[in-house]
Amino acid sequence: MTLLEATKVKHFFGGLCAVADFNLDLRAGDLMGIIGPNGAGKTTIFNLITGVYRASEGSIRLRGIELVGKTPHQITALRVGRTFQNIRLFRDLSVLDNVRIAHYAQVRYSPLEALFHLGRYRREEERVIANSQRLLRIFKLDHLAGETAKNLPYGSQRRLEIARALAIDPELLLLDEPAAGMNPNEIDQLMEFIQWIRQEFKLTILLIEHQMKLVMGICERIKVLDFGETLAEGPPAAIQNDPKVLEAYLGEGPVG
Amino acid sequence: MNAMLRNTWERVMAQRWLLPVLLVIGFGLAVAIPEYNLFNKYVQLVMMYVGINIILAVSLNLVNGYMGEFSLAHAGFMAVGAYTATLLTQKVLPVAAYPGLFPVAVLVGGLAAALLGLIVAVPSFKVRGDYLAIITLAFLMIVKSLIENIDAIGGPRGIPGIKRLTTLPWVFFWVVVSIWVVRNFVYSKYGRGVLSIREDEIASDLMTVNTRRVKFLAFMVSSLFAGVAGALFAHLLQFISPRVFDIIKTTDILIMVYLGGIASIGGSILGATVYTVLLELLRPSTVAALLSWLPAILFDPLNEHFIRHLGVWRMVIMPLALVLVMLYWPRGMMGLREFRWFIPKRDLDAQDRPVGYGGRHDAA
Repeated sequence: MTLLEATKVKHFFGGLCAVADFNLDLRAGDLMGIIGPNGAGKTTIFNLITGVYRASEGSIRLRGIELVGKTPHQITALRVGRTFQNIRLFRDLSVLDNVRIAHYAQVRYSPLEALFHLGRYRREEERVIANSQRLLRIFKLDHLAGETAKNLPYGSQRRLEIARALAIDPELLLLDEPAAGMNPNEIDQLMEFIQWIRQEFKLTILLIEHQMKLVMGICERIKVLDFGETLAEGPPAAIQNDPKVLEAYLGEGPVG
Repeated sequence: MNAMLRNTWERVMAQRWLLPVLLVIGFGLAVAIPEYNLFNKYVQLVMMYVGINIILAVSLNLVNGYMGEFSLAHAGFMAVGAYTATLLTQKVLPVAAYPGLFPVAVLVGGLAAALLGLIVAVPSFKVRGDYLAIITLAFLMIVKSLIENIDAIGGPRGIPGIKRLTTLPWVFFWVVVSIWVVRNFVYSKYGRGVLSIREDEIASDLMTVNTRRVKFLAFMVSSLFAGVAGALFAHLLQFISPRVFDIIKTTDILIMVYLGGIASIGGSILGATVYTVLLELLRPSTVAALLSWLPAILFDPLNEHFIRHLGVWRMVIMPLALVLVMLYWPRGMMGLREFRWFIPKRDLDAQDRPVGYGGRHDAA
């Protein structure tokens, strides 16, 4: 079953073409990687999917629902979670609040119930706290629930960002360079971890990454972008030997 | 000594049952003070101003503290509440026969201001920071000149002879209601939405927070209570004119918020109380009385050039105080910290933390 489908998506920043004719067919349960040099338009694609930018042309559908034209909160409420290349936590809020905020769309009480703490307020708040604590336990952050997010060490901030994305209860998880700033040992752990959350939360994952080790190690399919265009797509083994990909990454081969 | 004080304070704050007890005692006092003249009329008047200013500071803190915007429109919302309620008590509601109708007028005044708050929320969808501050300033000026140009409500002359319906028990009642509602709002998914907008609006939107809806609600609740305070203010001062609700009034409220500390209800209560009492102490007659022990050779020139003109000097001293507070004491008395009593118990239990981390849930 196709979960996310992009057809002929183009995006321009002024006169600059950031994404040219992007197509994607992501089936439920896939783990797909997008690679490409800096400026290839990878993060722009995440921003187009989640509605931060509105695609200049083309169509993006989630379970058949058109996403182009929807706002970020409408799209993410359709169970799309994401992380950011540069960590974007709510820095001055507590770890628990960071996770609780992402429950916004799932919390069912009206403004009036909120103003007077009546009706469903109590039950819903308790449910959100319980679920947030469950996520923090999974990510080994529960002992830091009251800590201010910015005081956490880098690795914990990365974990918290994923926990926050999972609080949306996503079907589709978009990871933007999850291994940025990690050493090889940490990357090994991260690979195991991504596989594990994929099983545990029944996720479809689309990830952007520069670390070839991670991409080649866990992705089932890889898409290579350069200058907004798709260079190649296929399983890791095929991508590794694709001459066009080598050229984009390593420059042109020796003459003769 | 300091540690001992803090220890005692924490032990008192841990007793949550004290809050309702204090509320009952407070209400009893609010009724008894005017009834038996426990304090003189002047002190009673100051107490009522303290209450009204608490409502103003707590409500402005929602937008300027929790949401991190810089709204200058608060006096404008106050004006709308004041004029609406006054017209109701003068022309529509038979308050002379039924004084119990006064809270209805206050509430309608608040709702009228809330309606306008919705309109001010709209530019905040697109604009933030300095630019939004300028838009709210423009809104304040529009409200003022509109009132000045409507002759039916007195134009620039204002409305004199308003019945004095604001009493200490009613002020106490509205203070409690405003604190309770703002606190409830802050500790709900909408309140957390407001905080996440302050932190990172795009990330907040991407975490499913409907930022527009949250902004609408925050501006509405904030202006609702500004209107309530305006209605109480009009029926205490017994005279309103557009000049009463100008930028100076907004500045006063800003100082209370930043002095008390942003994103803290407890801070706003402290800030409003300290500031109001300080202003009263700075009245020429009070200062003259306080300094009368000075020898005449010092006192006379001081009195001649400074003390007698304190009304004017105030316009210099107070904005200067605002600048100094924001520069050197940006956290104010308890910025980003909260009285333990105001934090819902389940929130405290879920993330018990020592005092002094810097997050919103720091308890004091």
